[in-house]
Amino acid sequence: MAARKITIEPVTRIEGHGRVTIHLNDDGEVEQTYFHVDEFRGLEKFTEGRPYHEMTQITQRICGICPVSHHLASAKACDGIARVEPPRPAKLLRELMHMGQMVQSHGMHFFYLAGPDLILGFDADPAERNVFGIIKADPELALKAVNLRRYGQQIIERLGGKRIHPNFTVPGGVNAPLEQKDHDAIAAELPAMVAIAKKAVEIGKGWLEANKDLAEHFASFPSNYMGLVDEEGGMQLYDGEIRVKDDQGRMIAQFKGENYLSHVAEHVEAWSFLKYPYYRKLGWPQGTYRVGPLGRMNVIDKIGTPLADREFQQFRQINGGRPVEGSLFYHYARLIELVYALERIEQLLADKDIMSRDIRNSPREVKLPGQGVGVIEAPRGTLFHDYSTDANGQLTRVNLIVATGNNNWAMHTAAGQVAKAFVKGTRIEEGMLNRVEAAIRCYDPCLSCATHALGRMPLEVTLVAADGRILDRISR
Amino acid sequence: MMPKVKIATDWLAGCAGCHMSLLDMDERIVGLLESVDFTSSPVTDLKHPPDEGVTVGILEGAISNTHNIEVAKKMREKCQILVAVGDCATFGGIVAMRNLVGTDQALERAYLETESVCGGLIPDSDELVKPLPMVTGVDKIVKVDLFVPGCPPRADAFFYALTELLAGRTPVILPPELFTYD
Ligand code: SF4
Repeated sequence: MAARKITIEPVTRIEGHGRVTIHLNDDGEVEQTYFHVDEFRGLEKFTEGRPYHEMTQITQRICGICPVSHHLASAKACDGIARVEPPRPAKLLRELMHMGQMVQSHGMHFFYLAGPDLILGFDADPAERNVFGIIKADPELALKAVNLRRYGQQIIERLGGKRIHPNFTVPGGVNAPLEQKDHDAIAAELPAMVAIAKKAVEIGKGWLEANKDLAEHFASFPSNYMGLVDEEGGMQLYDGEIRVKDDQGRMIAQFKGENYLSHVAEHVEAWSFLKYPYYRKLGWPQGTYRVGPLGRMNVIDKIGTPLADREFQQFRQINGGRPVEGSLFYHYARLIELVYALERIEQLLADKDIMSRDIRNSPREVKLPGQGVGVIEAPRGTLFHDYSTDANGQLTRVNLIVATGNNNWAMHTAAGQVAKAFVKGTRIEEGMLNRVEAAIRCYDPCLSCATHALGRMPLEVTLVAADGRILDRISR
Repeated sequence: MMPKVKIATDWLAGCAGCHMSLLDMDERIVGLLESVDFTSSPVTDLKHPPDEGVTVGILEGAISNTHNIEVAKKMREKCQILVAVGDCATFGGIVAMRNLVGTDQALERAYLETESVCGGLIPDSDELVKPLPMVTGVDKIVKVDLFVPGCPPRADAFFYALTELLAGRTPVILPPELFTYD
C-alpha cells in the first residue's frame, strides 16, 4: 500500500484559518505531521510611516477575540515612546478592561470552542458538536455561557465604548474614568458570574478526572514555559517581568519586557506563515517554550486571589509539583484563570483609586525619536509590541510577537503526537481527526493574531503518499 | 412548522471580530435558532456549506490570498443571498493597508528583517497558499447582495439585517445609526 497524506482543512472551532497535513508511510503509520498557517498580513511593514498613536487602533484589528490585548500592549509601547508613566488609576482601569477580556475570551473558549468536545464528546455528530448543539442539549448551561461572555464584553464596552475594537487607551493613560453606574452594574452581577465560573471549573475538572488516562498522555510532552509574574512571583496579566522556566520547573531567566530581544528569537519554516519563537540562549529548537494558561501556571509561585489559589494548589499536584505537561490541562488552567479574572475584578472595583479622575499623564516635553516595548499576558499568552519612531513620531520600525505564535511549536508537536496515537491505517475516521484538532484547540490558537504580521490559517488534514500524491482529504 | 432558513458563514482575511459581533447578539441568538439553522461556520464543525446550498451566506474579511478567492467563490455558488460583513469584506479594511507598501516588501520585513528573526526565509512551500499582490473587498471577486459595514458591525446591525432577511425583505436598508464605518 502506498504512503499517503491526510489534510484537515480548515481546523474549526479555533480563531482563524489553520490546516494540518499528516504524512503516512507505506504501512499506514504516521511519519510526519505539519500544522500550516496560510495567511499573511504584513502589519509590520504597512504601519511604517503612520503616527505611532494610531497603533492602539490599528493593531487591535489583528484579532477580534482579544483586541484588548493588542490595544493594551500597544498602549504600553506608546507610553514608552512618549516617555510617560500612566497614573495608578489609569493602570487599574486598563487592567479592569483586560480582566473583562479574560472573562469573555476564556469563557467563550471553554463553552463555545473547545467545550463541545468535552461536553458532547470527541465522537459526537459533527453537525451538532458546537455551541448550538450545547444550546439544544443543555439550554440552561448554554444560557450561562452566553451570559458570562456578555458580562466580559460589557465591561469592555462600558470602558471603551464598544465591545470589539474599543477606544480607551491613550499614551500616558486612558481617555475616560469609570462612571459610578458602570461600577455598580459590574459589581452587581459579579457573584452570579463567579458561580458560573465555578460551575465551569467543576465541569472541566470532572471531565479530566473521568478521563485521567487520556489527559495524562494526550499531547503530553516536556517543554520550557513563559509568563509574566509580579515582584512576588504571583500571577500578573497586565504588567510584570517575564519569567522562563525549564521542563523541570527550574528558573532559566527573568527579565524586563524591554529587553526581550536578548532573550527571544524567531525561527521560520518554508511551510508556514507563522514564525517559531524560542528562548534565544538555548537556540532552536531546544529553546522552544509554551505560553498561555498552562505556561503561566507552570512559571508562577502563586495566584493571589483566594478561590483561584485554592485551585492552583490542586493544579500543582497533578505532576507532583513539577510542570504539568499534558495539553488537555490547558483547559483546567484556563478555567482557573477565569476564576482569577473575576476575583481580580472584585479587587479592582474595591480599590480606592478606581473611581479617580486622575487618568492621564501628559509628557512635560516631547522627546522624539522614541522607542517603546509593550508586553502583556494576552488570554493566549505573552504578547510583545515593539515600535520605534522618527523625530515626527512616525513609525520607522515595528515588530510584533504574538501569543499564539509563541505556541506554534507546541501546537505542531501536539498535533503530531495525537496523529501518531490515533490516526492509523488507510481509513480515516472523523473522530480521529477531530482529536488532532482537539489537540490544537487546547492552545486556543488565535490564528489571526498569529499571522497578524502574518494572517490566518485554515486547518486542514490531507493524507499524502511518500511520493507526494494526495491520497485522501477529509472535509466535513 | 416552517422549515428553518439555512445560513453558512466563513471568514477570509479578517480578524474574527465580525463573527464575535454576531455572537454579541447574546441571548437573542437562542431565539434566532428557532428559525435559522447554522450549517458550516468557523464556530461549528461543518467545514463547508452543504451540497444542497443555503439561503444566506455570510463572509467576513478581505480577499488577501488565493485561498480567500476559492472560499468566496464557493460560498457564492452555494448561497442565494451573499452578505459581506464588516469593513474588510466591504472594501478591504485594515487588511488593505498592505496595498500601500506591496506584498513583497511586507514579506521581506516580516520574515527576513524583523529584529527577532534568526536566519529568516520567506515561506514559499507548495503547501502554502499564495498572498495576492493586491488586497480587495469581496465584491471584486463575486457578486455581493448586501453589505453590512462597520469594524465590526454592531450586534444590532446583524440582528436587524438577519431579521429583515428572515422576513423576506430584500433589499435590506440599514437604518443610519447602524450604517457605520468605524
Ligand atoms: S471589519 Fe473589522 S472586525 Fe470585521 S474582520 Fe475586518 S478588522 Fe475584524
